[in-house]
Amino acid sequence: MAMTITEKILAKAAGLDSVKPGQLIDANIDVVMCHDVTTPPAISMLQKKGIDKVFDPEKIIVTPDHFQPAKDIQSAELHKRLDKWAVKHEIKHYYKLGKAGVCHALLPEQGHIRPGEVIVGGDSHTCTYGAFGAFSTGVGSTDLAATIATGQLWFKVPPTIKIILNGKLAKGVYSKDVILDVIARIGTDGALYKAMEFTGSTLANLSMESRMTITNMVIEAGAKNGIIELDKVTKKYLKEHLAENKKDYTVFESDPDAVYESIEEFDCSKLEPIVALPHLPSGGVPIGQCEGIEMEQAYIGSCTNGRIEDLRIVAKILDGKQVAIRTIIVPVTPTVWKQSHDEGLFDTFYAAGCVISAPTCGACLGGFMGILAAGENCVSTTNRNFIGRMGHPESKVYLASPATAAASAIEGKLTDPRKYL
Amino acid sequence: MPKAHVYKRDHINTDEIIPARYLTTDDEQELAKHCMEDLDSEFVKKVSRNDVIVAGEDFGCGSSREHAVWAIRGAKVQTVIAKTFARIFYRNAINCGFYIIESKDALEKINDGDEIEIDIEKALIKNKTTGVDIAFEPLPTFALEIINDGGLLNHITKKL
Ligand code: SF4
Repeated sequence: MAMTITEKILAKAAGLDSVKPGQLIDANIDVVMCHDVTTPPAISMLQKKGIDKVFDPEKIIVTPDHFQPAKDIQSAELHKRLDKWAVKHEIKHYYKLGKAGVCHALLPEQGHIRPGEVIVGGDSHTCTYGAFGAFSTGVGSTDLAATIATGQLWFKVPPTIKIILNGKLAKGVYSKDVILDVIARIGTDGALYKAMEFTGSTLANLSMESRMTITNMVIEAGAKNGIIELDKVTKKYLKEHLAENKKDYTVFESDPDAVYESIEEFDCSKLEPIVALPHLPSGGVPIGQCEGIEMEQAYIGSCTNGRIEDLRIVAKILDGKQVAIRTIIVPVTPTVWKQSHDEGLFDTFYAAGCVISAPTCGACLGGFMGILAAGENCVSTTNRNFIGRMGHPESKVYLASPATAAASAIEGKLTDPRKYL
Repeated sequence: MPKAHVYKRDHINTDEIIPARYLTTDDEQELAKHCMEDLDSEFVKKVSRNDVIVAGEDFGCGSSREHAVWAIRGAKVQTVIAKTFARIFYRNAINCGFYIIESKDALEKINDGDEIEIDIEKALIKNKTTGVDIAFEPLPTFALEIINDGGLLNHITKKL
């Protein structure tokens, strides 16, 4: 039976020859991602049920990130619960403060993501890992608890939408603009319960970092997972990041006659920088339609766009300039932090008047380190601009690429990055 | 008699249901104090035991925080009736043993403050104020099994 890549991975994980959309399966889980907000409740649930075990301490990856370093007493208590549990169960890959980073950037960087595997995490943006040809999806605390205990989880096999991205991106246009454009077209529930499979010539020129920005945001279209097939760019990244004993993986490809629920084509060669206006990620418009809206803050970071490639773009634009508004730069992982430091990007940020934070989710979810006051506007490289997302319910978040955020930081208003490139 | 709290909106997201600033706790009663806060700061004052929330498409979109379900359940809300639910919210509700109702018609046929009775057996929402009954598609069998076991963890501990 012809299958898509998502169907093939799920069939294998369920021990079946084939699966079809709508089918309920119990899948074996290869990797479980745990962080400081949704895992402590999962741990408590297990304790209440008297379940004092984990299915495999090598397959559970733990990193505090949302409120780390702890922002207050309550978050410190969350971290304490997480820490005690991780230590007790001898979780092999437990990233403590100093090694911890924003989960969806950290796991691929540290070589925990392999093609063909099934990954779940207690976080909606777990869909990010689909950039590596894996099935990866976000779950809540109860699902997480069940997976931690059994290594299995129920799924309904999703139908797949094929998204064909054609053409080379123009100067000043990045994968963030692509995904904002896709979501603007299909809507925040355009892929509800579905898989989004990305293909097309645009991808060939995109790094793994850029591809992760795309799969990171499929949840903003309601999707269960986003997925991109393996190519030489993926292989090279895996070669550099996977540990010696983890270099084997299974590659799945969609069959030419696989059945798609729909096929959407995008001409990315004509794309312009996009900004998603408040209060939905589907509010994307070309920069020309929103240029000049005044900002109080620029926020550059998050699992969407806080990787080294993003920070290099920002540094290039800010080089020799001054920012006109509060500009907060959050390298996503300690490795990215060190790289930025060693490459001299911090010097540029410092000279331009930015503040540089430790790796954290921070203000992306309105946690801390850059909260907005009533009536304030923020241009942000994150993935959500819901009401109150980064602070006061009367503040507004404008989602954009790192380049657009950097150019806007210089002018204090939404600005076309192309004039600075 | 339970009342309806109607929000004629699509895409009511988890940031509105329970803002991230309260995610440092997983205590249902604590979370309940802030239920729906960024959408309707009066909600917690208005809501009484067994009331229902009625909304449009894609209810609960956004983050995977199960805290959204806990806040609603902690506020003693009986069920949420929406045109559609976001995927993770739907899963979380079932996994918590919290019955939710998908109905395309309810939003048009229920006004804010209407008195509501839910008959899960017959899959009927009874609007006692207008006298109109609204049929709904019951949750699928696998979801009912989980709910009847009292949630996913009880469901799987049977297997352990
Ligand atoms: S950076 Fe933002 S979107 Fe990403 S995991 Fe953290 S809070 Fe969630």
